[in-house]
Amino acid sequence: MLMLTCPVCGVTAEETEFHAGGEAHLTRFGPGSSDDDFETYLFMRENPKGVHFERWRHVYGCGKWFHAARCTTTLEVFGTYSAQVTEPPKEILDAISEKRPGWTWRDLA
Amino acid sequence: MSKAVSALNGATWSDGIATISEVTLQGMITLRGDLSDPAIRSAATGVAAVDMPDQGQAQCTDDRGLCWMSPDELLVLCPYDEVAANIEKMQTALKGIHSLCFNVSDARAVFDLSGPNARDVLAKLVPVDLAPERFTKGMFRRTRMAQVPAAFWLHDTDHFRIICFRSQAQYVYDLLKTASACGSTVSYF
Repeated sequence: MLMLTCPVCGVTAEETEFHAGGEAHLTRFGPGSSDDDFETYLFMRENPKGVHFERWRHVYGCGKWFHAARCTTTLEVFGTYSAQVTEPPKEILDAISEKRPGWTWRDLA
Repeated sequence: MSKAVSALNGATWSDGIATISEVTLQGMITLRGDLSDPAIRSAATGVAAVDMPDQGQAQCTDDRGLCWMSPDELLVLCPYDEVAANIEKMQTALKGIHSLCFNVSDARAVFDLSGPNARDVLAKLVPVDLAPERFTKGMFRRTRMAQVPAAFWLHDTDHFRIICFRSQAQYVYDLLKTASACGSTVSYF
């Protein structure tokens, strides 16, 4: 069972109280961008076996978005953090490094 | 003016292991704004006449109270016929401050679930740890009740008060009746 802690309201609940919002930390390329950038933004997603960063929404609770770092194979959650950041905070990266030495995800390591 | 009635007109059921009754005409006001702002806090406590609840908590006595819904949302409970006056009072107090007060009394339904088995019955329906030492008086939880959103708190010992959307009142009532059917005692807590 996937258990997440909402960093906004502090509630720890199982997956069904939340809604998954896809991959985290995407850079949006909108009108005026190159076709390549736009295609990458629209379609190219990570599908890792292991460490992954995702957006989640506490849909049955406070209704707020947040970020989660978790392992896709064991459902272990390394941490959840604010939605208002463009990259994971250092303590989340440290927590992952401690449990999954040598991990990589896009340009993070 | 037409006569106001609650969603199930005060339906009550006590043929099972817990008593379920709809609370008729509870005044409810949604207050949105930055809850860390003292002006917003005092506007809410002024009309509800209770202390400001902390994160994830509710302060409720009888038909008055404040429920913490999210960092920018508070549910103000008050007698049904005082809602309009209270909204006006809050709007006056909050003039010029980014906020919203809205009467949701007729958009929600409120249920009481009581009896020695109330915890067991509710635990069948919500993904929340309801162990007596984990879910205590004063806590407020918005969650999922089977297939619909709901929020509840411990109004008194062995007495939960549940809020759901009005359009889902019949569903929630039937759900609670099913979960408290005769012979379905779990006695876990």
